[in-house]
Order: sequence, then structure tokens, then C-alpha cells
Amino acid sequence: MSSYPTDLRYTHDHEWLRAAGTAWRVGITQFAVDQLGDITLVELPREGDLVTKGQRFGTIESVKSVSDLYAPVSGKVTAINAKLKDAPELVNSEPYAGGWIIEIEPTEKTEIDELLSPDAYVKHVAEQ
Amino acid sequence: MSLSRAPASAAPGAVLVSADMERKRTPLWELHKQHGARLIDFGGWDLPVAYTAGTIKEHKAVREAVGLFDVSHMGEVYLRGPRVREAIELLTTNAVASAPAGKAVYTLLCRPSGGVVDDCIFYKRSDTEFFVIVNASNVAKDLAWFREHTHSLCEIEDVSDATALIAVQGPKAIALVDRLAGGTLGRLTSFTFTDATVAGVPCVATRTGYTGEDGFELACANADAPALWTALIDNLPPGGLPIGLGARDSLRLEAKLPLYGNDLDDDHTPLEAGLGWAVKLDREFIGAQALREQKQRGLATQLVGFKIADDARAIARHGYAVVDRSLPAGEAQVIGTVTSGAPGITVGGSIGLAYVPVALAQAGTQLTIDCRGKDIPATVVSGKFYKRT
Repeated sequence: MSSYPTDLRYTHDHEWLRAAGTAWRVGITQFAVDQLGDITLVELPREGDLVTKGQRFGTIESVKSVSDLYAPVSGKVTAINAKLKDAPELVNSEPYAGGWIIEIEPTEKTEIDELLSPDAYVKHVAEQ
Repeated sequence: MSLSRAPASAAPGAVLVSADMERKRTPLWELHKQHGARLIDFGGWDLPVAYTAGTIKEHKAVREAVGLFDVSHMGEVYLRGPRVREAIELLTTNAVASAPAGKAVYTLLCRPSGGVVDDCIFYKRSDTEFFVIVNASNVAKDLAWFREHTHSLCEIEDVSDATALIAVQGPKAIALVDRLAGGTLGRLTSFTFTDATVAGVPCVATRTGYTGEDGFELACANADAPALWTALIDNLPPGGLPIGLGARDSLRLEAKLPLYGNDLDDDHTPLEAGLGWAVKLDREFIGAQALREQKQRGLATQLVGFKIADDARAIARHGYAVVDRSLPAGEAQVIGTVTSGAPGITVGGSIGLAYVPVALAQAGTQLTIDCRGKDIPATVVSGKFYKRT
């Protein structure tokens, strides 16, 4: 399915992860983008911040709504997408590319294994 | 991320993703689905929050060309009878009863305390017949209010479930509607209305709106609504779009038009909300005494417009606290409340409305708003954020 690339891992909270060296790049899925509508603001953590799986690491605001971003795995933030500060609409236009949000170096590798496969995520979306 | 939380603003009871409960549908629901609209629960109605263009493009389309809104969820009520003017006098704060026939008048309905039951537009058809369009979330409340206070003075007919309402708004709205009405509507002046035929559909056409732009609102029978909507869509000029609730909210906020449930409620008076122009205290109506007393005493709180500091990159939304950190820590620091907030899509920046102590209501006053745990600076601005030229 084109809107859910098969080379990614996913969460029940509609985030995707892609391996980037020893870190994992995190963004939100097409489903999430479609639900949010036009994104006008992304509040990011700082590089070096520690995040905990399931805890809030930032927020994403559309014209009408504000949603928390939850860390998909625990670890250290090794990069943030600073472009989103001036161009939050990248999340709408390129959710899996230029609209990525942060990179996390996981502390517990097993948390990666617990993420959803593309097939499992597609099934999860179908149930929404 | 969390998608199941309610949008922070302007959609009472709304959730982004929820079980498909028994939501009410307007007669245009099928057409919205076909247009690719994203539907949300808005006070029990399944309504488009945005179509495929998205809120930002939709907002700009209304400012630059024309937009179509399905606002059929709103309530429509007739009040009739030989003594209906007495009923209207009692219910309304503005000069509704005495208006000439054919006039549309914005007014508040007030409680004896001066708090606002609803804000609405009354349409005077004659000295014995008035039509009123009320907020969707308040239909039952308003009907009960009308019946409680005027049942012996007039006959009340609720036609909400049989009536569709389509708003056509923007600089190209007048030409679009006028052409479909055979040139009969272009001369209708602001805040007047007439019975008309638009694209073959019998309507009540009113030169009113909720966007800060010129335009019409067209009320018709449910059964005729799809034909009217389709004719409008088929005749849209370049740049025209159907518009969802997201842009409806961002447009009305830029024009500083209040939203009941956000900026107006039972606990604030129209004077506090800056709507004194719609309150005529030289006659008696429900709430007049309390409002006269409040005016004489002077206001303690006032609804103000604010702009968030550009470098703060935050949106202050409904319910966020206005704080004064120089006061003792805790609840005492909360000195006001944000009632609406959104990005200013046309005017730029991040804008909103808040109730604040009157000492902080002057333009230029610096406010601090607690945006989800972060103190964000904002500046009070006077007047509308957006005024059409």
C-alpha cells in the first residue's frame, strides 16, 4: 500500500520509524496527517533530550486541533527536523520524507522489535 | 501521537476519530462524501471539517474568491402572531421588533442576569412574523427559552429539521448568487433578506455571513438543498471552493465574530463581550436591568483580541489561562481565560480572544498566556484582526 511504506516500522499511535545509522528517524503516518488536516505548528524537543516510551516529546498543531506526540521508544534525541519550525506543512506534503520529526537513539533495542510491521499497521488503521 | 483527543477549539463534543455513532446528517452529506470531505462529529452532527483542499487553502479561497458552506446544522425558527412584536421585544437586546420588514438584525438573547442564552440573527418578515437562525448547539435551549418566556404571545414553529442553509461567502459571492437568481439579488443590501429563486430553488436569501466577507446565506427546503449546492459548485468561478468547519472558525475569528460556547456563554454579558452595539438599553427586555446596572458600575472583565509574539510560535486555544506570574503561586495567578485561538491565516501570526480584567484591556497591553505549561507573551490588539477593504 503506497501510503504506508513497507520499509518502515509503525506504532498504534500513528507514528513511523526508519533506521538511520544507530538511531531511528520518527515521523507521523499518512493516516495521522489525513486526520489532522493542515499542520501549522510542530513543537520539538531539543537535541540531547531524553525521551521515554509512551511519554510526550512534543506537540503537533493543526488549525483546529492540538495533539501530543508520544515517544515510540525510549532513548536520546540525536536530531530534530529544524525545517519544521518555518515549514510545518512539510509534514502534510511529505510525511515520510522531508516531514520527519526527530531521530532517537534507543536505549532498549527490544523496544524496536515490539513495533508494528507494515501489515500489522495497515490492519490497525483499517480498524479505526 | 494521540488522535483521539478533542480538537482544542470551537468544536464542542468533537473528536477526530471516534466510533461512528448516530450522528445527524445534513441533506448534503452524500455530496460531501463525494467531494472527499473529512467529516467530524460537531455537536452530534457529521460535518466536513475540511474538503480535499485543506483548511488553509479554503480560508484563502473565501478571502480571495468565494466559498460554499453547508451550515444546515443551524436552527431555524418562526415566531408568529398578532402579539409577536411584544415577544420579540422581551427576548432580544437589539432593535429587532421595531426594524423595518425585510431587515436582518444581529442580537443577543439574555438571561435576567445579563448572561447570554445565545446570539442569533432575526429576520423580520412583517409585524406579525419573524424568522430566526440560531446556533446548532443551542436549538433545544433556545426553543425552551422562547416557549418559557413568550408562549402566550406568539406561535413558535421550529423548522430546523426541514430546512437546509448554505452560505456563499467571499468577494465573488454576490456575482455567483445573483447570476443563479436571474439578476434579482445583487441589489439586496447588507443585513436585508428576501424570498428568492436561486438555480430554480425557492430560498430565503439573506445578505449576511460569518466570515468577514460579503455574501449570502440561502435557506431552503432539505429536499432542494442538493440541487442548490450542485448548481453553486458547478458555477463556482476560478478559485472557488467548498469550505469546512476549520476555515469557518479561522475566518470568523479574524473578523472577530464571536462563537457561542467559546466567546459567549451564560456567565458573560454582551457588554463584557464587546457587543454593546447590539444592546439597546433604552427599552425593557430580559436582562436589561442587570445590563444597565453593570454599565453603571463599570465592567470588571472584558473580551479582548490578542496577538501572540511572532517568535513564540504558539497557538493559544480555548480554555488556556491568562496568567500574572507576579501574583502568589497557584490559582491566584490565573487572571483571565482564552476563549478562541487560531493561526491568522490571512492576517499572519497567531491570534485569539480572551476575557481579561478591564485594567489589561487596553490595546498594547502585554499578556502572558499559559500554553500547555509554557508561558507565552501576547499583546492586546483593538478592533478586528481582519477588515475587508
